Order: sequence, then C-alpha cells, then structure tokens
Amino acid sequence: MNVALVKTGDGRAVSDLFTSAEGRLPGSPAVAAVRRQAFETYERLGLPHRRIEEWKYTDLRALVGEVLPLAAAPGAAALSRAAEAVKAHAFAGAGKLVLVDGVFAADLSDVKALASEIGFTTLRETLEKQSGDLLATASTDAMISLNAAMATDGVVVSIADGAQLSAPIQIIHVATAASASAFTRSQLRIGKGVRATIIESFVAAGAAAYQVNDAVLVTIGDNADVAHIRLMDDAPDAVNITSEIVTVGANTKLNFFNMTTGGAVSRLQGFITLAGEGSELAVNGVNLLKKTEHGDTTLVVDHALPHCTSREIFRAVIDDRAHSVFQGRIIVRPDAQKTDGKMMTRALLLSDEAEADNKPELEIFADDVSCGHGATAGALDDSLLFYLRARGLPEKDAQALLIQAFVGEAIEQIADDDLREHVIGIAERWLERRS
Amino acid sequence: MPAVQETVERVKRIDVDQYRYGFETLIDSEKAPKGLSEDIVKFISGKKNEPAWMLQWRLEAYRRWLTMTEPAWARVEYPKIDFQDIYYYAAPKPKKSVSSLDEIDPEILKTYEKLGIPLREVAMLEGVEPKPGEEDPARRKIAVDAVFDSVSVATTFKAELKKAGVIFMPISEAIREHPELVQKYLGSVVPTSDNFYATLNSAVFSDGSFVYVPPGVRCPMELSTYFRINERNTGQFERTLIIADKGSYVSYLEGCTAPQRDENQLHAAVVELVALDDAEIKYSTVQNWYPGNSEGKGGIYNFVTKRGDCRGNNSKISWTQVETGSAITWKYPSCILRGDNSSGEFYSIAISNGFQQVDSGTKMIHLGKNTSSRIISKGIAAGKSQNTYRGLVTAHRKATGARNFTACDSLLIGDKCGAHTVPYIEAKNSSATFEHEATTSKISEDVLFYCIQRGLSQEEAVGLVVNGFVKDVLQQLPMEFAVEAQKLISISLEGSVG
Repeated sequence: MNVALVKTGDGRAVSDLFTSAEGRLPGSPAVAAVRRQAFETYERLGLPHRRIEEWKYTDLRALVGEVLPLAAAPGAAALSRAAEAVKAHAFAGAGKLVLVDGVFAADLSDVKALASEIGFTTLRETLEKQSGDLLATASTDAMISLNAAMATDGVVVSIADGAQLSAPIQIIHVATAASASAFTRSQLRIGKGVRATIIESFVAAGAAAYQVNDAVLVTIGDNADVAHIRLMDDAPDAVNITSEIVTVGANTKLNFFNMTTGGAVSRLQGFITLAGEGSELAVNGVNLLKKTEHGDTTLVVDHALPHCTSREIFRAVIDDRAHSVFQGRIIVRPDAQKTDGKMMTRALLLSDEAEADNKPELEIFADDVSCGHGATAGALDDSLLFYLRARGLPEKDAQALLIQAFVGEAIEQIADDDLREHVIGIAERWLERRS
Repeated sequence: MPAVQETVERVKRIDVDQYRYGFETLIDSEKAPKGLSEDIVKFISGKKNEPAWMLQWRLEAYRRWLTMTEPAWARVEYPKIDFQDIYYYAAPKPKKSVSSLDEIDPEILKTYEKLGIPLREVAMLEGVEPKPGEEDPARRKIAVDAVFDSVSVATTFKAELKKAGVIFMPISEAIREHPELVQKYLGSVVPTSDNFYATLNSAVFSDGSFVYVPPGVRCPMELSTYFRINERNTGQFERTLIIADKGSYVSYLEGCTAPQRDENQLHAAVVELVALDDAEIKYSTVQNWYPGNSEGKGGIYNFVTKRGDCRGNNSKISWTQVETGSAITWKYPSCILRGDNSSGEFYSIAISNGFQQVDSGTKMIHLGKNTSSRIISKGIAAGKSQNTYRGLVTAHRKATGARNFTACDSLLIGDKCGAHTVPYIEAKNSSATFEHEATTSKISEDVLFYCIQRGLSQEEAVGLVVNGFVKDVLQQLPMEFAVEAQKLISISLEGSVG
C-alpha cells in the first residue's frame, strides 16, 4: 500500500488541539511521553482515508474532515441532562458505569452497588498512579493511536476468577457537549471461569454534532462465559469511532453483539484474538441506517490456536442515501488446525440510492480447517411483500415485518431474554422513526 | 468429459520431474541493449516500422510510467525488480524475410513441436497423412499465432480466416495494415495510464495478437496464441487486442511456457477485449510459465492486465483460466458490463505448489441495466505456496437489475500453504442482487480413505478429488485445452502429497 501521505489541514488542526489539550490529559510525566509518542504516530498517518486498505470504504478525511476540540468537563447542568439520558437508556437491573463527555460520572454510576468480585477504578486514576501501559497497544491504526494520545478517562474493570455475575455491567457513554469530541479508553479484565454480561451504550443528551473516539481493551480468561453487547444509538449527526481489542482464553464462550442505529458516521472495529484452544466465539451485528448515515462494522477474528469455532452473522438495513460497510476477516494461523469459522453478511437495500459494501475475507494458513463466508445484497423480496399485502397489511407494516425478520436472525443470537427484548425494542423504535 | 479415467491414466504416466517445457532453444537472437529509456522505446518502435502516432503513444506511456510506483497491495512477496536489468526486446534473428512457414528457423518450429503446437497446418491442408499418434485431421481446426520472445513467428490459417473476413495477425502487422482499427480500440479498455505494469507494457510491447471479427461473423475456428519466453534476462511484453463487432462470436485460446532458469523473468502482458452489440468473446488461458524449482528459485513473474469491455447491448465476455505456472501471478481478468443486458463470466482454476504465489481474481463492474455476471473460482494451494482470490463486484447507481453470483472455493493440500479470499462487494442500488459464497477446506479424509480402500494410491486419490473439485471450470474450456489443462493439474500437484 502506498502510505506516503500528504499532511493535510485537518492534521494540523488536531496538532493544535493536542498541544492545547495536553494540560488537561491525566497522567504522570511517563504517561505524557507515551501520549506524545502515540500522537506522533497519529500525526504521521493522519486521518484514515480511502487509500488505507482498512479504511477503504470509510474515508474519514471526506466524511469527517477534522477532529473537533476536546469537550469541556461536564458541569452540573450537563450532568443533570445526562442523568435523564441514563434513565432512558439503562437496562433494568444492570450496574451502571457512566461516562459523560469522556469523564467518569461517579454520581450517575452504581460503583458501590457492584458485586464484590468486581474491582473498579477509572482510567484517570490508573494513569495518575501507574505507567502508561493502558495506552499502549500493538495496533498501528491511526484512530487507536489518536485515542491513546487524547483519552481523558474510562472505566477499568476487573472481574475476579470464578465470579458468576447475575447482574450485567452497563457502561453508558453520554454526550452532552455539542461540536466537541470525547476520547475514552476502558479496560475489562475478565478472570477464569467468569460468567458475565457487559453492555456498552452510546447515547446523546441533547448534544449534536459531537465526536466519540472510544477504545476498549478486553481480556477474557479460560473457561469463561461472556456476553458483550454494544448499542450505538448516537445522535443523527454524531461521529463515533470505536475500537475493541479482545483476547479470549481457552474453552471460553464469547457472544459479541453490536447494533448501530444512529450517527452520521460510525465505525466499530473489533479485533478479536482466540488465544486459547477450544473456545467458541459468536460475533453478530446489525446496522440500521437511514438519511445519509454511514455505518461501518469491521471485524478481524484471529484464530491463533487450534480447535476454536467462530460464527459471525451480520445484517444491514439501508434506507435513503445511507451507506453500510461490513468488513470481516477471518485469519487462521499456521498452528490453528481444526478451526471452524463461518461468516454470513447480508445487506438489505430499501432505496435506490442506498449503498452496501461488503468485504468478507479469509486468510488461511492451516490446512485442516473448515472456513467459509457468504455475502448477499439485494432489495426486499417482492413476492413476500405481495403475500403480506394480499393479507391486508399496509405496505409500511409489511416492510417493517420483513425487516424485523431480517435483522432478527442476528438479534436472536443474544441468549438473555430480557436483553434480547431490549435490543429488539431499540430496533423497533428505529423502524417506527422510519415510517 | 471422461475426466476421471483420463486423470487416473495420466497420473500414472507422469514423470517425476515436472516441468516438461523447461528446455531452451539455442537460436541466434537479436536483442535491444539492456535497460529502458526513450531510446529503447524508439528502437522497438523502429524495429516494427511503426507509424509516428504509435511511437508517440508509446512515449507518452513511457513518460507516465516514470512517474508511477509499483503496486504493493497484492499478497505476493518478491525482491525489488531492477527494470534496468531487463532486455525489453529480443527477436529470433531473421535470416531473410519470411514468406512461408518453411523459411522459419527450423529450431523454432521444433520448439513448438515439442510443445505440441501444430504450426504445420499447411501440410495438413494439403492432405499429407499425419504420422500415427499425431493430429487427427478430422478434429476441429485451430488457427495459431506463435509468439517467440518478443515477436510473432508464425500465424496459421490466415487464408481461411481471411475468407470469413476475420483478421487474425500479429499486432505489429495490424498497426501497419489496419491502423484505423488499432487506433480506435488500442488502449480503449486498458488505458496507458491504467497501472504500473500496463503502462510499462504500453511503452515497450513488442508483439501479440490482433483479432477483428466483422459484424455477424461467427469465427470459423478457434484462434490460439502460444507464448514462449526463450531468451535469458528478457521480459516478455505482449499485447493482445480482440474486437468482436456486432453480432459476432470468437473463441480465443492462449498458452504460455518458458525454459527453466535460475533467475526470475518478467512477463507483463495486456489483453484488451471489446464486444459490441450482441457479440460474444470467449477467452481461455492455460498459463504454464516456469514456476521455479523446488526451492523457489527462478520462475516467471506474471504481472498481467486483462480486461474485457462489453461495450454493446446484449454482449458477452467469458474468461476461463487455468493457472498452474509462474513464480508469482498477479492477474485479474475483468469485465466492464457497460451495455444493457450484457453479461460477464469468470471461471478460474489457480493451482499453486512449491513456493508459488498467486494473487488472482476478477472484477465485474456493472454499469448497464440488467447486466449479469458469474464468478466461479477454484484455488488449490499445495506445498509452501500462497494462493489468494481477490475480486470486485460492483453495481453502479444506474445498473438496475444487476445480478451477480460468486462462488470461490479453496482447497488446501498440506499444512505449509495458505489460501486467502478477499472479495469486495459493492451494491449501489437496491435492485442489484448479489450473492457470494466462499469456502476453504482440505480434502476430506473420508473421501481419500474411500478411494484408497478401493485400490487407488494416495496420489491417484488426490488427483481424482481435485479433478472433481475443478470440474465446473474445466467444463468451460474448449475440448483441446481441457485435456491439456487436466494433464497440467495433475503435474502441478505432483509431489504435494505425503
């Protein structure tokens, strides 16, 4: 790839932003050095654009142009607005951890109510006490580097070995500041034999045109059973770039789900490494897009060791002039024999100006494997629509029913009944807004 | 096709040392000085007695090439090529001007005979009895254009083709004799600025085939070109241009071989196809350039740009390829489906063994209404090879009713090889219907056991399974090629089991 980049105007804008924000970024001098280095990496690469293969379909230079200045720490008014949003989007029974405009809001969170096996601290505290380890990743992605340079706060959660958590943990990101950006970075350390459900929600509290750049580092021990649900329900003109870097141990079950129902430009990039034998991974996702929204789901599933199974089901519903991107790569390393990897991505185009780009990749270095992917794109089946309309359903209702069935295949993979209903509720609200 | 029995027979007869076409023919040849410069471009153009516009075209390409960088996105690795260390022009030294086949250097004729290419159609036409075991005169006739290093040495059946109105000649002659056609179509599918290797080819191409099928004509025989690299340190840059005018049909075959050498040689060809209204072009390739020895030394770098333009309504272009040779293959035969109701097809078998690297696939670009395309790709990786399918299917806003079906399957033989699939699927209107599926697996042990238990050796059993795996594509090849291709497949996989 040709990465000889020209430094653009937007690169400089961030540069100013970094120097002006530096004083507000938490951390010891050692951390500051890590940040500066990460920022230099970002500055060298600049905002990702279409000539960068991984960002081929999501050209941030064209779509976003520039990174907005850091949001101010939320005041009392902002926090009370955020409290309303949290109430509206909280999942009943979950232990809430709330980040408002990139800053942990203790008053809105249930830190005290968390189960005793859960250790909790914030990124801010960690960086002030310890080194900058949490900011370092092996990734060479520009947006992850930018995140390392600019992260103001985040949650650092560790779940002790053997914990069987009955209540989910819900991390809620609330945006209250318009035309500003929030950088958060969180860590989830999930011990051996843990059973847990983690929910991440991105919501707006009256804010418009904000930008989110979030990174989550997850490690899961052996013999665990984890459900990880992400709900990106941002304001229609927001930008949300999220990176999830997940390492899974042996004989572990991970059920990962992401749904995007808002945001002018959004991207979830998940990098999941199966680093133990005998694990089962399910990665499912839904993009519901309308107007001129651009939603990108990029998943890299890396089978590093033998005897693992991965299943990916992805659905995109694209209306108006929206643009959905799905890039899924399954890597099977030379030693990862007996790998079983399947991926299915389907796009439903509801309008003639909608666009769906699929790039399902297989990268296989071991021979005793069974891997496959499928991809389809098309419109609603006329004969099905006719069937429903012949039975008296109005066109919009018939469409809604078929769309629900279409995305249902991915949503159904969520095992917990209440959580699944919660997700279906969000999808239904999207469909209502559409008609 | 009686694939199964034949394969078993063939597998039995295979020599242990594989590359049958690795011999070198010692003939005098004339070479341009090593390296590339405007003078070399002028030298090549001068050698071919080209008109001024052609030289200008080449020089423009050369100047643009100087500003370009080599593409690095493909999954292939090789040391940097020194483009100044290559001979860009090598021709068998002419003893005098050649007017009939008998005057061609007998060494060259022998080379083609060894390759099994029948250039001596003259004798056949005159009713000379073929020797036992040689060509059956009753079989379908094939017109052959043989390209030796940089020049076309012989084109057969010219007279008969002329009767039908079909023009089939070396492109160097076509530039002189049919400049209006060449000027109109050359570079109209693959522009000189297209990519690094296509631009290089535009500057230095020395020969290749030119085909024009006039309106309403169904070409009376298969047309075929056989490419042979013979000289050391040379690059072969051929250019093929095929135009099927309204309502015509042509089937074109291409084969390639090269001597065994320790150094790598560059082959950067460009093929352009143009199908006008209701026309159909079927283009088949059996590519068997020298793949390098068992340690990965030597072999051809095959960096080829092939593209077909379905310019007219209801036109059709079909690519079929069997890729078994070359150290590195970088090749994406594509279809631009511009005309309404036009259709494109891509059938491919790519086999890699030893240290071969293949990055191949296709592009189906749907621009017209109700266009359809079909991609069947079978990749087989053995030894320490890497085999990548890379494909693009895209439907533009106005390509309503576009339809694509893609199936790309990979088979892995051995645990040191890699098989990769990189499809790009872009739907830009709601009436486009795209289906894509890909699988990667190894040969099922149950199936192998079943065969072995019935008395086949391991190698025979693998040959059988592989033949079944690629059957869908082999069926698309013209008969003559299907047999050769099948033979090649078994040879290519030689030594990959056990």
